[in-house]
Amino acid sequence: MPSKDTTTEKNETTGNLVTVYIMGKPYEVPSELTIMKAQEYAGYRLIRGVGCRGGFCGACTTIYRKREDYKLYIDLACQTKVEDGMYLVQIPFVPAEKPQWNLEDLEANSDSIIHFFPEITRCVSCNACTQACPQNLSPMRAIQAIRRNDLKMAADLSFDCVSCGACSVRCPAEITHYHVFQLVRRLVGRYVQKRAEHTAERVKEIEAGEYDADMDILVGLPEEELKELFVRIREGNPLQLPEREVGKHD
Amino acid sequence: MTEPYPEYMMESVRKVEATREERKDKEFDRVSDDEAMEILKEWHPDYRKSDPEFFREIAVGPSKGKTVPTEVANVLEAYPWVDPKSVDLSVIEHDAEVFVIGTGGAGLAAILWANNEGVKMEDIVVSTKLRLGDSNSKMSQGGIQACDGEDDSPLIHWLDVMSGGHWTNDRTLARQLVMNGPSMIKWMELLGAEFDKHDDGGMQELMAGGASRKRIHSCKDYTGLELERVLMDEALSRGMRVLEFCPTVSLLTDDSSNVTGGLVWNLETEEYHVVRAKTTVIATGGFGRLHVAGFPTTNHYGATCDGVVMAYRAGADIVHMQSTQYHPTGAAYPEQIVGLLITEKCRSMGAQLVDAEGEAFIYPLETRDVESAAELRQIREGKGVKTSTGQMGVWLDTPLIDEIRGEGAFEEGLAAIHRLYARFDIDASKYPVLVHPTLHYQNGGIAINADAQAIQPNGEPIGRLFTAGETTGGVHGDNRLMGNSWLELLVYGRRAGISAARLASKTKMPRKSDLKLTHLTRYSEELQKSGVKTERCSPIILPNYLGENTMAPVGYGKETPFDRRLDLFT
Repeated sequence: MPSKDTTTEKNETTGNLVTVYIMGKPYEVPSELTIMKAQEYAGYRLIRGVGCRGGFCGACTTIYRKREDYKLYIDLACQTKVEDGMYLVQIPFVPAEKPQWNLEDLEANSDSIIHFFPEITRCVSCNACTQACPQNLSPMRAIQAIRRNDLKMAADLSFDCVSCGACSVRCPAEITHYHVFQLVRRLVGRYVQKRAEHTAERVKEIEAGEYDADMDILVGLPEEELKELFVRIREGNPLQLPEREVGKHD
Repeated sequence: MTEPYPEYMMESVRKVEATREERKDKEFDRVSDDEAMEILKEWHPDYRKSDPEFFREIAVGPSKGKTVPTEVANVLEAYPWVDPKSVDLSVIEHDAEVFVIGTGGAGLAAILWANNEGVKMEDIVVSTKLRLGDSNSKMSQGGIQACDGEDDSPLIHWLDVMSGGHWTNDRTLARQLVMNGPSMIKWMELLGAEFDKHDDGGMQELMAGGASRKRIHSCKDYTGLELERVLMDEALSRGMRVLEFCPTVSLLTDDSSNVTGGLVWNLETEEYHVVRAKTTVIATGGFGRLHVAGFPTTNHYGATCDGVVMAYRAGADIVHMQSTQYHPTGAAYPEQIVGLLITEKCRSMGAQLVDAEGEAFIYPLETRDVESAAELRQIREGKGVKTSTGQMGVWLDTPLIDEIRGEGAFEEGLAAIHRLYARFDIDASKYPVLVHPTLHYQNGGIAINADAQAIQPNGEPIGRLFTAGETTGGVHGDNRLMGNSWLELLVYGRRAGISAARLASKTKMPRKSDLKLTHLTRYSEELQKSGVKTERCSPIILPNYLGENTMAPVGYGKETPFDRRLDLFT
């Protein structure tokens, strides 16, 4: 890159080229690139099949086979290095309607889930979903946990899901796992996890105006005084405003 | 077990391992305000204001004369790629009470709170560049601040925010930020977000760099993903309709310079859609993909400063735009992940920054700008590690986390980071990882008031235009603390939604004749008169990574396939 970041003297590539087949067409690309960067290197401008480029958004689901290997692999293009002889295509979209629900009308149990997604009862534990997951999660175990009414376990097992939909395109029971898991996690967050009382308490204090008068004083202080206050609180001391003590909320 | 790094790097790793035990309980000296400023001035890219390669004064527009990074000046001193003469504004495809541009956290918060305020979901029109939810918000890892701890208060949080921003923040905006922290956490909790909690429901809270109290709330190291997907799910469940793959490329204005909607470009069908709106909310996010100062970035593919460009042409002031956040821990090895974020939560949990010789050269939780500058100093002084591709870095000593907190703590609390490195056969709980500062956050942006209205240089609001999130400036001053970005986008996204809804309820729908692009024509005329010679066009929508040089945006405007470079004045 035209680097003003002078601590980084980038060489372009290390020089090794590999051949990848993007939708069947061969391209020679540097071996250290990710699938995503290799496609750009080959001249594809990505609109579908690209998002955060950091492994968090699940937009770049890519299926591929390798040379002399019958297996079908699924990975995220932004997180996977190219290999020589890779045949690949990106999945632009996974078709699935998300049902509408109102959390307030639901209870945290498997019936709530099955009401919206009766197809989860068709799961035959074939584990194709798990084999497809680029995050190495176990969607199959999570679906089975829901059927056992263990929503907490299903939420834990699916927490790192980036909704790429790889599981859903492989599922013979036609489950749209990522929508199922979203509902599960929200129900667990809303009804299974206990509420943070200290957060609610602080909200009450703020709404009752308990900090307003002190805030009025604080935001009006000159910078030098603020700096002194900061040094003191950073050492773990309670905050003492000039003139009078703040009281119990230090 | 085979070693995860090549031998030339392992030599340095062994030095890091040799000093680990004595570093484990090391008491670091905190840098004073003056020392911090000294390090920054010497080593931080933001402080090279007089170097024309890094900064220049903007030659046009409302904030003319202000100094901004050259990459930002490039997109502001550029022609609109919408040709006002080629667009038929008489065909209105969408009418909105509230028009929201962008579906990161700020946009979604605005939508939900506008709806709470009484605007029907079908009267909210939403445009987004790529898919729903594509944003930096979703990529946030470490957490969100809110002052709900026993030894904490809004006053202490406010002091932290101000100190982090080197006392340059807008005091009123910072006050509103901290006062609404706990209520935003409670809101997300009721929407079903799963925070890291103790068994009794109390929040597990960690320390952010530059803060004086533990107030980071996290959802493992997928905090942004969790909060964003909950907001997405709630908005979809309420019936939100989104124009996906439809970036807004210009605002529409009337003769009194009120904003009356936006012009949307459908990336797939390559046609315009006209959105007429009573009120408009810009929530387009940051500018990482401009690669300011040549740095790699943690940002989403679509983070190209579009909101600032559009608001600026409509008359908005920009503030703190000279300030860029370089996150101290971007991945520097392996090559495939250079620039990706390694969350600050690593350091909150005990990891230290260590140079090639095994020396921990700074307290791990100073503010981000100071940490980054200190790294650049070590590297410049020959204490960095150089990889085979020429990338420099220092070590983030992650194995300390399990040493301090017990076996398994790393994988439990930092699942995303663990997974990121495991893909390259590096066990980050056992071996340190190589890091280098990476472009992370746009500290400044569109100037706003406490109602989230976009404001002009004279302080007057621009009619019917609201904005929130990373595209705005003032809340964080010249440096943002970890965990205050998600707080800011919730607090000000909510504020923008409520303000827009209230104004919409007493505003008439603009007439057809109120939908104009004259502000673009005026801007182009001013640009031409300014003497700036350019063929650049903006907003750039997406960076151009085609060709061999895969990390560089190869020119704006003219070279992008979205270019509709007009021959307006040639």
